[in-house]
Amino acid sequence: MATDTTVSRDHILETFREQLAGFEVKPDQVAEDSSFDVLGLDSLDVVELSVRVEDVYGIDIEEDDLENVTTIGNAIDVVLRKISEKS
Amino acid sequence: MNTRRVAVTGMGCVSPLGVGTEPTWKALVSGESGAGPVTRFDATEYSTRIACEVDGFDATDFMEQREARRSDRFAQFAVAAAAEAAEQAGWTSRVPFDQDRVGVVIGSGIGGIETLESQHRVLLERGPSKMSPFTVPLLMINGAAGSVAMRFGLNGPNFAAVSACATGAHSIGEAANMIRRGIADAMIAGGSEAPITPLAYGAFACMGALSRRNDDPQHASRPFDADRDGFVIAEGGAVLVLEEWEAAGDRGAEILAELVGYSATCDAFHLTQPDPEGAGAAAAMRLAIEDAGVELDSVGYINAHGTSTPFNDKIESKAIREVFGADAPPVSSTKSATGHLTGAAGAIEAVFSVQALLSQTLPPTINYATPDPECDLDYVPNTGRSTAVEYALSNSFGFGGHNACLLFKRAS
Repeated sequence: MATDTTVSRDHILETFREQLAGFEVKPDQVAEDSSFDVLGLDSLDVVELSVRVEDVYGIDIEEDDLENVTTIGNAIDVVLRKISEKS
Repeated sequence: MNTRRVAVTGMGCVSPLGVGTEPTWKALVSGESGAGPVTRFDATEYSTRIACEVDGFDATDFMEQREARRSDRFAQFAVAAAAEAAEQAGWTSRVPFDQDRVGVVIGSGIGGIETLESQHRVLLERGPSKMSPFTVPLLMINGAAGSVAMRFGLNGPNFAAVSACATGAHSIGEAANMIRRGIADAMIAGGSEAPITPLAYGAFACMGALSRRNDDPQHASRPFDADRDGFVIAEGGAVLVLEEWEAAGDRGAEILAELVGYSATCDAFHLTQPDPEGAGAAAAMRLAIEDAGVELDSVGYINAHGTSTPFNDKIESKAIREVFGADAPPVSSTKSATGHLTGAAGAIEAVFSVQALLSQTLPPTINYATPDPECDLDYVPNTGRSTAVEYALSNSFGFGGHNACLLFKRAS
């Protein structure tokens, strides 16, 4: 999985749903346009979440990568970019 | 200036004897021990493998899952104890004071050590980019005081006192002084500790400070007994709600006791050993009684620091004799039952001192079997005692040479 470069947006969205369960967020609350703010995540939560998602895809998300990330869709873009950079 | 008096209107604790003041006190006076084998981590390779752990504590009984996740165990204990104390004080629906005039002093000896250890492991094994961004807020000692303030919306003075095993007493004493000096009208004050972790436990064990009675944990904490061989480390948290006396009375609060005296001294002798003459401890006891402006013989009970280490118990006994002479009041060490809650010890023992006044019952020193000629006081051995008591003194001494005493008066 970690080397699969054809990961779909839906797959990543599903990963976010799974990981967000650890942040008291229900799966049906999570969509591409959900903002972290509305989901109740603060900036520290977003960093913590990114560390967990890194582990799933074997990627490294830097602090700078999260700069303009405010929604799940933005975060999926970052994950896709990191996966493609890795291959 | 010291015309403002301090009422105790609420108490809360999480202890190895129970979650809550009532179950804890009940177990204490009936002579139960909170000790057992260490279960919070694998202690197989340690010289000491016993502790007084808190059983049956679920942080989400006291806070949202989100808050629990963002709090180290020590801070969870503090919030749980504060919730209980505030409820007893009748602060449930709203804080009955101007919130800018209500503060928090809750300390800890070492704070979020479990977080520190787990994140250090992440750093070494997986690198700095895998560390949790919650490391700092979880490990910082003042996190407990900050969390309690957020929960109740308290905007007054807020910090953590840190003085090792005297932390709880300093926290309560300093908070009381803020009320006396007119800086605050009410305070939540106490201590909290969760030191049963591989590093913290190992650190105490390698000093030779802990009892090695591994085959008989329930009899390992035996303060003042000739066969004592060290303390049994414990976890837990305790707080008091303190209110300015007149305000507490005006709002019809039930006043549990009055905090009439506080003192703080230092041995300035050795970082971990007490001054062999007990001069700092004796001075602290005298000063707390002077602070209250009462006679020595009015003190009817002393809740000793009584750690069950060879040094402390001998020197504390000597210091009590030095201060009180032949007529020393009954003395007990509740650490015989709870173990040593380190930074929370002074706070839970303040709770016990207030309970002693409320119930007119002295909690026992359990596991007292063989008298030590160098410990020659009345230690309320093995069974609680009903007696008239007007003033209770609580002693706390910490590594660093810190001594702090609190004197409580029965509410009339």
